[in-house]
Amino acid sequence: MLRMKNVHKTFHPGSVNEKCALAGVDLTLKPGEFITVIGGNGAGKSTLLNIIAGVYPVDRGTIALDGVIINESREHVRAKYIGRVFQDPMMGTAASMTIEENLALALRRGRRRGLRWGVTKKERDYFRGQLAQLELGLENRLKSKVGLLSGGQRQALTLLMATLVRPKLLLLDEHAAALDPKTAVKVMELTDRIIRTQGLTALMVTHNMRDALKYGNRTVMMQDGKIILNLPEEKKKKTSVDDLLKMFEEVTGNTVNNDRMLLA
Amino acid sequence: MYFTIFLGTMEQGLLWALMVLGVYITFRVLNYADLTVDGSFALGGAVAARLILGEIDPWAATLVAFFAGGIAGLITGILHTQFKIAPLLSGILSMIALYSVNLRIMGKANISLLRLDTVITGVTRLGVEEKWAALVIGIGAAVLAVILLWLFLNTEIGFALRATGDNGQMIRSLGVNTNAMKILGLSMSNALVALSGALVAQYQSFADIGMGIGTIVIGLASVIIGEVIFGANSIMRTLAAVVLGSLVYRIVIAFVLQLGLEPTDLRLFTALIVTVALASPVLKAKVQRCFFLGRSETGAENEKCA
Repeated sequence: MLRMKNVHKTFHPGSVNEKCALAGVDLTLKPGEFITVIGGNGAGKSTLLNIIAGVYPVDRGTIALDGVIINESREHVRAKYIGRVFQDPMMGTAASMTIEENLALALRRGRRRGLRWGVTKKERDYFRGQLAQLELGLENRLKSKVGLLSGGQRQALTLLMATLVRPKLLLLDEHAAALDPKTAVKVMELTDRIIRTQGLTALMVTHNMRDALKYGNRTVMMQDGKIILNLPEEKKKKTSVDDLLKMFEEVTGNTVNNDRMLLA
Repeated sequence: MYFTIFLGTMEQGLLWALMVLGVYITFRVLNYADLTVDGSFALGGAVAARLILGEIDPWAATLVAFFAGGIAGLITGILHTQFKIAPLLSGILSMIALYSVNLRIMGKANISLLRLDTVITGVTRLGVEEKWAALVIGIGAAVLAVILLWLFLNTEIGFALRATGDNGQMIRSLGVNTNAMKILGLSMSNALVALSGALVAQYQSFADIGMGIGTIVIGLASVIIGEVIFGANSIMRTLAAVVLGSLVYRIVIAFVLQLGLEPTDLRLFTALIVTVALASPVLKAKVQRCFFLGRSETGAENEKCA
């Protein structure tokens, strides 16, 4: 499915702001695999997702999707295969457009857009059914502007939009981190349900160690632009948050000095 | 006499409304402050005037002006998307370049179209009374532009264009080439602006190298006035509001001129309207805070905000 080989990325090379974000990442996702990614601030988690999505080009290494190297293909071209949910609930939807307009945009991911109607009657009925599954009452608000929705509602909508056309790969970038704890749990459960029922291949970045262990079939930990730990499913089931912290210390020789990671 | 002034005001409002619709596309839909319009408005006038002077059919001349404007927008779009020049600067570069281009097209600073065939005399020949000819053209062009734009903004590409202005990152992740959308929007916008310039030149019977100066500010003033007075709930409503905003702007101008404002001070006045409109959210917040502090805090706080 996804195969990353020795991927490097440095921002602002040669300047005082030089920052090595990815220092040789190797990662392979099998079809149907759901991987959670944890790590402290600046570990390279978000860069990893952005580089897979094609927001930045890689400096070195290869990224292949289904055996095809996609290094050179641009973000909107890769979008054909990749669904994304961002950390900021504002990022995944167009606030000035209505719910149905946003969904119609998502329904055309990977398709050629022309001068046909932006949204049709048949699609509206389909959207109603899909929205009903979110159990947020959004199915009766197709004509509401998305800017009027709460962060949790917007994030649930973004999740639906990212999976409306089945993506080969779903990228989730701390998509519950900006929500209040109760809503975050709901959005995480919804995420898990969608990924399981559709059998999606997914990569989820999270700050929350408990979530990282609870969801998915594999957990990887990143530090300084490298993958430093790989927990396969059997091992993951037996691991607690405390174990994970200990493993982190063993691998890096440091104690975890990141408040957000500890508190999570 | 008042009727003549009123009629003239309506005519101007409608003919300039096409330009305002163009500014709406960039400023509101694409969220891009495009200064090309000062150049492309005059470009439309220059192209139409020069072709009409060369005895080309005025309708064809107007159509050529429309496409010339589209090319101007295309160039601004390429400067911004391919060479990563900031939006404001891309527009300024096109605007300045167009000044020379327009002089080249006209061959001089001013072309008179008196006693030449224009689209306005063309309408008269179709049996419309001379008095109403400009109004008929204005209404026809504005209504047609609003309907076509409404249809377009509700197509798949129209959705993609709106989403590009709203949230570029999001729509790229849904497979849209935002650079292409920006170029498309800028082209459409400047084509409309040039069309407006072409019609205005024929309406006033001359094209002038300076006719575009301040166009962007008039456009912004009209868009903002329209949205504030007539609302911006839906696309159709906003498009209509923007056209009505152009009319209201002309009425305001006619009114202050009647009150004795010097015509040379008009641009200062227009700039003031736009400044007040753009500053109003901040001013409102300040006034509210003062009001709030005045009621709940001590006198010292009051002095601070005074």
